[in-house]
Amino acid sequence: MSLTTKIETPSVTYEQPIGLYIDGQWVKGKEGKTFETINPTNEKPIVAVHEAGPDDVDIAVSAARKALNGVWADTLPSARGRMLTKLADLFDEHIDTLAAIESLDNGKALSMAKADVAASSACLRYYGGWADKIHGKVIDTDPETLNYTRHEPIGVCGQIIPWNFPLAMWSWKIGPALATGNTVVLKTAEQTPLSGLYAATLCEKAGIPAGVVNILSGFGKTAGAAIASHMDVDKVAFTGSTAVGRTILQAAAKSNLKKVTLELGGKSPNIVFNDANIEDAISWVNFGIFFNHGQCCCAGSRIYVQEGIYDEFIEKFKARTAKNVVGDPFAKDTFQGPQVSQLQYDRIMAYIKAGKDAGAKVETGGERHGDKGYFIQPTIFSGVSDDMKIMQEEIFGPVCSISKFKTEDEAIKAGNETTYGLAAAVHTTDLNTAIRVSNKLKAGTVWVNNYNLISYQVPFGGFKESGIGRELGKYALANYTQVKSVRMRLGSALFG
Amino acid sequence: MSKLSVDLKAPNGRSFNLPTGLFINNEFVKSSSGQTITSINPANEEEICTVEAASALDVDKAVEAARSAFNDPSWRNMPATDRGILLYKLASLIELHASILATIETWDNGKPYTVALNEDLAEVIFVFRYYAGWADKLHGDTIPTTSQKFAYTLRQPVGICGQIIPWNYPLAMAAWKLGPALACGNTVVIKAAEQTPLSILYLARLIKETGFPRGVVNMLNGYGRTAGAAIASHMDVDKIAFTGSTSIGKEIMKMAAVNMKNITLETGGKSPLIVFEDADLDQAARWAHLGIMGNAGQICTATSRILVHSSVAASFAVKLQDIIHSTSKLGDPFDPFTSQGPQVSKAQYERVLSYIEAGRREGATIITGGTPAPECGGKGFFISPTIFTNTKPTMNIYQEEIFGPVVITTPFETEDEALRLANDTTYGLGSAVFTRDLERAHRVAARLETGTVWVNSSNDGDVRVPFGGVKQSGIGRELGEEGLRAYSTVKSVHVNLGMRL
Repeated sequence: MSLTTKIETPSVTYEQPIGLYIDGQWVKGKEGKTFETINPTNEKPIVAVHEAGPDDVDIAVSAARKALNGVWADTLPSARGRMLTKLADLFDEHIDTLAAIESLDNGKALSMAKADVAASSACLRYYGGWADKIHGKVIDTDPETLNYTRHEPIGVCGQIIPWNFPLAMWSWKIGPALATGNTVVLKTAEQTPLSGLYAATLCEKAGIPAGVVNILSGFGKTAGAAIASHMDVDKVAFTGSTAVGRTILQAAAKSNLKKVTLELGGKSPNIVFNDANIEDAISWVNFGIFFNHGQCCCAGSRIYVQEGIYDEFIEKFKARTAKNVVGDPFAKDTFQGPQVSQLQYDRIMAYIKAGKDAGAKVETGGERHGDKGYFIQPTIFSGVSDDMKIMQEEIFGPVCSISKFKTEDEAIKAGNETTYGLAAAVHTTDLNTAIRVSNKLKAGTVWVNNYNLISYQVPFGGFKESGIGRELGKYALANYTQVKSVRMRLGSALFG
Repeated sequence: MSKLSVDLKAPNGRSFNLPTGLFINNEFVKSSSGQTITSINPANEEEICTVEAASALDVDKAVEAARSAFNDPSWRNMPATDRGILLYKLASLIELHASILATIETWDNGKPYTVALNEDLAEVIFVFRYYAGWADKLHGDTIPTTSQKFAYTLRQPVGICGQIIPWNYPLAMAAWKLGPALACGNTVVIKAAEQTPLSILYLARLIKETGFPRGVVNMLNGYGRTAGAAIASHMDVDKIAFTGSTSIGKEIMKMAAVNMKNITLETGGKSPLIVFEDADLDQAARWAHLGIMGNAGQICTATSRILVHSSVAASFAVKLQDIIHSTSKLGDPFDPFTSQGPQVSKAQYERVLSYIEAGRREGATIITGGTPAPECGGKGFFISPTIFTNTKPTMNIYQEEIFGPVVITTPFETEDEALRLANDTTYGLGSAVFTRDLERAHRVAARLETGTVWVNSSNDGDVRVPFGGVKQSGIGRELGEEGLRAYSTVKSVHVNLGMRL
């Protein structure tokens, strides 16, 4: 049963798998349901894919458990590493197809999608290098004991990923999980199921054994919830909204107290000091909010500019924003494509209306772009106050607010005045300001004189309600291992 | 202008072209002194071919190339991940050319082809892949001190690394050295042994094909007293790594003092293998055999002194002899049934034979072997596997590294005596313990004065686990994560956040 369909994109034509990938097989869902994924550029359905329900989650978890105790337990760490580096090489070989799928399904510009694919392959290759380097420690307590630790895999890991960077999120989850010897059941977002399925075909080509990676397309309320509350899933990793993150944490607690890592929302401050290099800062501030159409958990959506340069800054920022080309993802010069779905579009437009109703001033944008597809004009609000909805809540669109500040302390206070704590940025040429302010901002990533530059080598995650745990870098390995201490007595009995 | 390469056809029928020049700045060049090395096939004593040998002037040129490359943005600014990608690519190229490289190794060194291909080459590929994975994972630390200081450390390359490798595992030794050095961002001048100059020349072409910028890897053949000494005493070499004999290691250390270069040494051994009364004797004998007869005894960690509990000494000796007779097969290295090839050279061959003679003179008993064994048409530097008993710690054969298929055995009564005998040596490279007693295994492992202890195996190495010697067996560690230390330095950066004077 082939379960693939030919899809034509403006740049490539390819075979798209549409089944669920479970235990090395492509299958339909037990309930026989399918759902459509929509092309956000023209609002038309691309293709219908098979939908996973709770029964399918059960089957996938069993397959993952079987592989964990069987073939994967017998696979040497170095061999795991080889498979991941091979998978990375395959991503590179298939970059044109993967990027086209991403642009078609998510709406991001093809040039951005290619960068995503390259970042995904680099992430997989990075974790491939870690696989045979998971060291424990030997700890000297006394001559009669040999103490050592083992960093063992956690087990079957449920992974729920979002739609904003489908393939990159796929690699951030699968890389460290497989490197450390776990098996996974990964659910893609219902808005963007396609690239994850294509990537599953590359898993087969890389020699990853059946059952180690299982990819399900499906909805949060059914398949996602089933994963979070499954009694035989040892750990769940979720990237998405804070609201859903809470329900995942609760479901984990109510079921089997599975380990949880969360990467949630943000309302990140982007702070520009008087002594910043203004041209550079503007470039980064523009990138900080309008990159990926504002659909970044770490988007720099609250911009604070010191009063000495505010007037100059806002004019130049508006001019810079006007240069962002909004249009068809497959067109060469496009920077900003459509928002991912009708739902997201409506949500963002509602926030824009709320901002206008609350009396904020629209410096630029504030309307739909064009009349087809979920395109929204890059929008800047000024004259905002902290209590406005558009200042408090995560909009997840190409909408930012800009305000001025006098002193460093004021900026830090405003920056930290949020339940979120994912990222922040400081633009300044003063060394000490950079270090001092970075130290005081309550955010998991602080960018100094840049924004949104993420490397698979550097940990990423949130303070406060932006998340639990860190992904990327060596730190991610801790999310997927559990430490066992072995204390071996080398002497006789202690007590009579 | 001479060709600087030669077309060769190996005894197994493989034909290939081999460069013969010195590999400097990604080019093969002639030696400035005109000196050459002629490589001999130790299995039949016939000449293979002649290659260029570096003079001190050539070493200067190589070091200059390495220095330029080190300062050049193409290497200096190359992201660490990309260095790793080059190493992954090199590993894949070696894999593609494995059978030719193994052929050259066997022809030049004498080790059986099946071993060269399935062990040596497999290890070479693995080492490069292992270190490729480390390249972008060398982390410094941020260290909390006071609110007025931001302190962090940078891990940076050491600089120009001179590397002198031995003849017993030519390609594997090259990989052990190049892997970590390149992963850490250094540039290299590596000199192969004069007994085995050939495989590194083929490897040099693959280095170029991989795409390392010119001057990053420079590979020379040459004699120790000229080229080797020139590298060790060069004022512009930042670090020297040497694997070879302890006596030369000491010379290198003295020479390195001239500009206080960072130094790591991996030298000789006289490693003890202890068999307790509760050991699985059968397995102990098999591992003991491998531990001394592998590579014709030409292993730095050869467990060449077997200490057996007196209650099982006799039966162990019989088992060891049986295993030698049933598995040790001397012969043409290209014959798939051969398990032991010749010693690498005439000089080594004569040295080993003279130790055997010395043992006889000193009054030890040979229970098997003890003779040369010309296998290939009456030629070749073959020596039959030899066991000495009735040995005393005062004997030369007990104290000195023989580096041939010669093992001495001696009995002991107590664990303490075994440890005392085992540690009674200026060496400290490897050791092995055979016992089924958990506590004893770990307790003895902790007390043996060696860099590696094998419990219930011998010479069972793994590239992911650090390797090196204590006492006069070496300085520093190779392999594993530890192996990176030798090739990176720690720089501390203190940023003053407001301490005013």
